[in-house]
Amino acid sequence: MNGNHNLRNGILWGLGFVLMIAALYMVFAYVPTEKHGGIVQRIFYFHVPVAWVSFLAFFVTFIYSILYLWKRETKWDAVACASAEVGVIFTTLVLITGPIWAKPAWGIWWTWDARLTTSLVLWLIYVAYLLVRGLTGEPSRAARYGAVIGIVGFIDVPIVFLTVNLWRTQHPTTIIFEGGLTSPMLATLMVCIVAFTVLYIVLIIQSAGLKNLEAEIRRLRIMKAE
Amino acid sequence: MENLGYLLAAYAVIWAVVFGYILVLLRKQRKLKKQVDALKESMEK
Repeated sequence: MNGNHNLRNGILWGLGFVLMIAALYMVFAYVPTEKHGGIVQRIFYFHVPVAWVSFLAFFVTFIYSILYLWKRETKWDAVACASAEVGVIFTTLVLITGPIWAKPAWGIWWTWDARLTTSLVLWLIYVAYLLVRGLTGEPSRAARYGAVIGIVGFIDVPIVFLTVNLWRTQHPTTIIFEGGLTSPMLATLMVCIVAFTVLYIVLIIQSAGLKNLEAEIRRLRIMKAE
Repeated sequence: MENLGYLLAAYAVIWAVVFGYILVLLRKQRKLKKQVDALKESMEK
């Protein structure tokens, strides 16, 4: 069983590495420079996949939080918490790479428009999720509180996604679904999305595994004390 | 090549944060494995 896990993890790490190399090659050597955006537009090919992974991560947290509240099994909570942790990492990257791109593109680092503000709120919700869990001593209570925040907090994800269509924002609309990309651009974006999705899977497996190990240590300590 | 610095900064930040997180996970894994081994050993005695 352990051997199978190691093999699966090894394959995933290898696949993630190969896909990342392919993604970097496509971003820096294959895809043509966009006419209006210039070279800095290439941030788009990592900025969008990173945002996609953060949405996916919070969706997984939402699903596994429901499963935890329903079944009360720590393995579901481990996945929910691991996914929220990875989601926060990737949302942080969205909030850093966005302004780095905005400065040369818009002339400003930040503006309080709907997309940027709701993204910041999303980050704050899941930072609060991790803080509440960390500050609540008793593990099952921490899991319960976390699950509630993981479910309620997910409401912000569709709001973030829809902001550019519902309000007039500085942030561009979702050109991916409107045919605004040429074939090489779309191919590059897709490879980057797949690469980051594999990276997310690898990270969540590692992180959830560690949370299960922590639970195992707690169980062994209780056994020893008895 | 205008704005190349912004492009490199964005990619550098992404890789720094991702590798940083992987390092944190690896360190935590090593620490927890040591704890499990110590606990199992003390329970076998």
